[in-house]
Amino acid sequence: MLPPTMVEESVRIISNERATDLYFRLVVQSPRIAPLVQPGQFAHLRILPLREALLRRPFSIFRVEGYTFSILYKAVGKGTELLSRMRPDDELNAIGPLGHGFTVPPAGGEMPLLVAGGYGMAAMYLLAQRSPQRGIVFVGGRRRVDILCEDEFRALGWDVRATTEDGSHGEKGLVTQPLIAELKRGTAGRKLFACGPTPMLKAVSRIAEEFNVPAELSMDEHMCCGVGVCLTCVIPISTGDGWEYQRTCTEGPVFDSRLIAWEATA
Amino acid sequence: MKSEARNPKPEVANATREVNLSVQIGGMRMQNPVTVASGTFGYGVEYAQLLDLNQLGAVVVKGIRLGPVRGNPTPRTVEVASGLINAIGLQGPGVDGFIKKYWPFLKELKVPTIINIWGTTVEEYAEVARRFDELGGVGALELNVSCPNIKEGGAQFGTDCKLLSQVVSACRKATRLPLITKMSPNVVSIAPYAKAAEEGGSDALAVTNSYPAMAIDIETRRPRLANITGGLTGPCIKPIAIKLVWEAAKAVKIPIIGMGGIQNSADAIEFMMAGATAVAVGTANFYEPQTALQVLAGLRDFLQRQGLTDVRQLVGSVRVEKV
Ligand SMILES: Cc1cc2nc3c(=O)[nH]c(=O)nc-3n(C[C@H](O)[C@H](O)[C@H](O)COP(=O)(O)OP(=O)(O)OC[C@H]3O[C@@H](n4cnc5c(N)ncnc54)[C@H](O)[C@@H]3O)c2cc1C
Ligand SMILES: Cc1cc2nc3c(=O)[nH]c(=O)nc-3n(C[C@H](O)[C@H](O)[C@H](O)COP(=O)(O)O)c2cc1C
Ligand code: FES
Repeated sequence: MLPPTMVEESVRIISNERATDLYFRLVVQSPRIAPLVQPGQFAHLRILPLREALLRRPFSIFRVEGYTFSILYKAVGKGTELLSRMRPDDELNAIGPLGHGFTVPPAGGEMPLLVAGGYGMAAMYLLAQRSPQRGIVFVGGRRRVDILCEDEFRALGWDVRATTEDGSHGEKGLVTQPLIAELKRGTAGRKLFACGPTPMLKAVSRIAEEFNVPAELSMDEHMCCGVGVCLTCVIPISTGDGWEYQRTCTEGPVFDSRLIAWEATA
Repeated sequence: MKSEARNPKPEVANATREVNLSVQIGGMRMQNPVTVASGTFGYGVEYAQLLDLNQLGAVVVKGIRLGPVRGNPTPRTVEVASGLINAIGLQGPGVDGFIKKYWPFLKELKVPTIINIWGTTVEEYAEVARRFDELGGVGALELNVSCPNIKEGGAQFGTDCKLLSQVVSACRKATRLPLITKMSPNVVSIAPYAKAAEEGGSDALAVTNSYPAMAIDIETRRPRLANITGGLTGPCIKPIAIKLVWEAAKAVKIPIIGMGGIQNSADAIEFMMAGATAVAVGTANFYEPQTALQVLAGLRDFLQRQGLTDVRQLVGSVRVEKV
């Protein structure tokens, strides 16, 4: 029998602390899931205090250390609010790691340019950590508090370029501006990896096409089962002569940007 | 937050006494009465790493028609209080795609596979039934005449007695496989529909499919589903589904597979007492993939506690004073 790629386990909270503003860092003890995680994969968490809201919530796996993994999350609604009030030793139920993640560049292969918006930064840390080549990470957000793990990327020896829309941190503007400037300096041997809000991903996809560089995008779609059975999370993917819906939770969340049929998205 | 009740590992009850759990749906034997609801379990393979499918009574796959179906635009599901509204639009690979991609896995299972089928015409239903008859090794066919999420086909067949009986008898002629008719809840009284399915040659009924429903985002004033409306499922529909099972059971002699909001063994037992011979776990799979196995363990436990030797003793055992 093949070794499992996903498991369900009860995970114990080690810490759950505010990072900035509405963002929190949750670390859980997860001896079975943590060792299996690939960059760009996610965990589907059942937040046990949630009652009338039944579904699990998906979160990118941020870091893995030994038998623990962490997530970086923003309190945006009922599930994440309740999660932010959970304490060490409380339990969650997790299914993971799920999804098809980023392709880690081979040694001597492409130089990765990472583009991350908001909690999308969380999805990219493992990629930066496991990439044999260091690269540049472009992080962007509305305000200073939306820039999440700059120091962590720096600690890996990566070049970090921050932008904020209000100019409160780094360069003022959108994360795609310094990216374009960088690509104008050269494209050979470079590859883009992006995770963030859909409009940002769409912009990165256009930039990749314009500069003719490969790009992998981690798509953010509403999910329900997280394992490929319900067909909630689909996006249109080109099939050559047209497009078909594929599952963000299973075939994705990471897709080759050239395959996304943007014209068919809402 | 230590919660034993939500522990995903089903407790194996001490087998102090032999209890018979097996039930019969037409010519199909199920080793136990606990199965899953179409569309909430993919094609089985997706859950194979998370639970042992061979412990289920049967595996039920997502609705399949003759050709591939792209499905509805997104958003396709929305969470509501104690429930879910979906409008997937029966996305699927079609008969050939299913046979190529999923059948090699399913046919190796030790438990029967129930294939949920649909069409837009009576002839298409019959043709799909014929194709699966030809395939060999299928446990049973479930005729979905009750999907609220597609314009043609689906619900129109389930809410018109004449069409319903035409679909069932056409499929009956096309196959010797056990036929399960999946009933629409969207009718004033289920009895005439249940009878029509029975008379058409159905071996069993599945009660119930989802309820037509809608949710609106008050900030944007837009419907939460791209399809505008969808089908409501999950714990919030359980009491309505129990009533339907009870009414259908009074109307027909064929067995009923009860479903609608089952989350634990108590829910399943309630369905059986209302008249269901078997039960299916649906929406609960999405948040707790172990639910069906937990239901099974709890059911076995209940039978032992009550000193019962056969699960069939529960079926229709609700005590109702004659009026
Ligand atoms: C693959 C994947 C990875 C993710 N990774 C992270 C992460 O690392 N950190 C993080 O903070 N969040 C992440 N999310 C988003 C996270 O799942 C949602 O924020 C969460 O489900 C909201 O739950 P809630 O109960 O708090 O919100 P709800 O009360 O259910 O909804 C509140 C608001 O959140 C919005 N929302 C719900 N689901 C999503 C979603 N999937 N994407 C965007 N908005 C949503 C709703 O539209 C609504 O406006 C990820 C989502 C996906 C699909
Ligand atoms: C996402 C989703 C997809 C479904 N797809 C199908 C389907 O393809 N065919 C069908 O007959 N029923 C389908 N159903 C209905 C279920 O099989 C079941 O009848 C219903 O969900 C009630 O059970 P529950 O409350 O336990 O979910 C679907 C339900 C959901 C939630
Ligand atoms: S969330 Fe169910 S198929 Fe992706």
